[in-house]
Amino acid sequence: MTELPLIGEAVAVAAHPQLAGARIGVVTFPGTLDDRDAARAVRLAGATPVALWHADTSLGDVDAVVIPGGFSYGDYLRAGAISRFAPLMAKVIDAANSDAKLPVLGICNGFQILTESHLLPGSMIKNDHLKFLCRDQVLRVENNTTDWTRDYALGQEITVPLKNQDGQYIADEKTLDALEAEGRVVFRYVGWNPNGSRRDIAGISNAAGNVVGLMPHPEHAVEAGFGPEEGSGTEGLGFFTSVLNKIVGDNK
Amino acid sequence: MPRIVVDVMPKPEILDPQGKAIVGALPRLGFTAFSSVRQGKRFELTVDGEVTEEILAQARNAAETLLSNPVIEDVVNVEVVEA
Repeated sequence: MTELPLIGEAVAVAAHPQLAGARIGVVTFPGTLDDRDAARAVRLAGATPVALWHADTSLGDVDAVVIPGGFSYGDYLRAGAISRFAPLMAKVIDAANSDAKLPVLGICNGFQILTESHLLPGSMIKNDHLKFLCRDQVLRVENNTTDWTRDYALGQEITVPLKNQDGQYIADEKTLDALEAEGRVVFRYVGWNPNGSRRDIAGISNAAGNVVGLMPHPEHAVEAGFGPEEGSGTEGLGFFTSVLNKIVGDNK
Repeated sequence: MPRIVVDVMPKPEILDPQGKAIVGALPRLGFTAFSSVRQGKRFELTVDGEVTEEILAQARNAAETLLSNPVIEDVVNVEVVEA
């Protein structure tokens, strides 16, 4: 993926020779916004980002996939509803459910696409206050055993940007109880609930922990000086180093 | 040409934020008779030619798989409307 050096060179913070060989796919749909930021986050974490197009029919040899945020298909019908049927999504769904359990991260619109794909339960509806909201948001790590959160401490609080209009996570009570019981609530909003999400849920995982989705944007908090002012500003980088450590660990 | 109309509504147990905003706006315009509003979607699927049972079945299938999300919405009506 070619990247314009908008804010300087993307130099990996934790460059480890084993990591550079790790290839993380970043999917672009019509209307995706944050694919370049996601690719940059992958590079900053030390791996190689691979551009994937929604109409592709193969994932190539990627070790993990990030489905970034934006407004794919203009959020027409429902956020993520049309993207879910893109040719590449069939491959992502198969790979995520396969024995190899491909790590998949859905951010914001990517999370919405994962729920529409039934890789994750529940759905997102309009924020309870109906407004688009853009702010820095504190999250608490509720599960640090998933492929995307293993570099965080349990209970750690991280600050990353949040920006959406359809961010209210909902599921029926039975599903919510099951998510809690199985430790699949991965992130909760701290301080306030910005959108009416059930049980303050900001992000969840599938049962195996290889698929994680969340509404806030860790890929916007990976570079000192450009992330949130609260905290280190780079508290989203752990998502990307987590999956790299998982990949490298698997290849040992 | 005939059309198949599909109506989709948010599930009753799900708070409809848009409906809530609308019900708040109505009395400001003097429409005071309405205690609740729920906002749904209407799809019109145009068919070239006759609507057969097979085509109607396709429409019902499309309504369940793409036009609605069963987690948050119900398909409340699928009917043929002759132009």
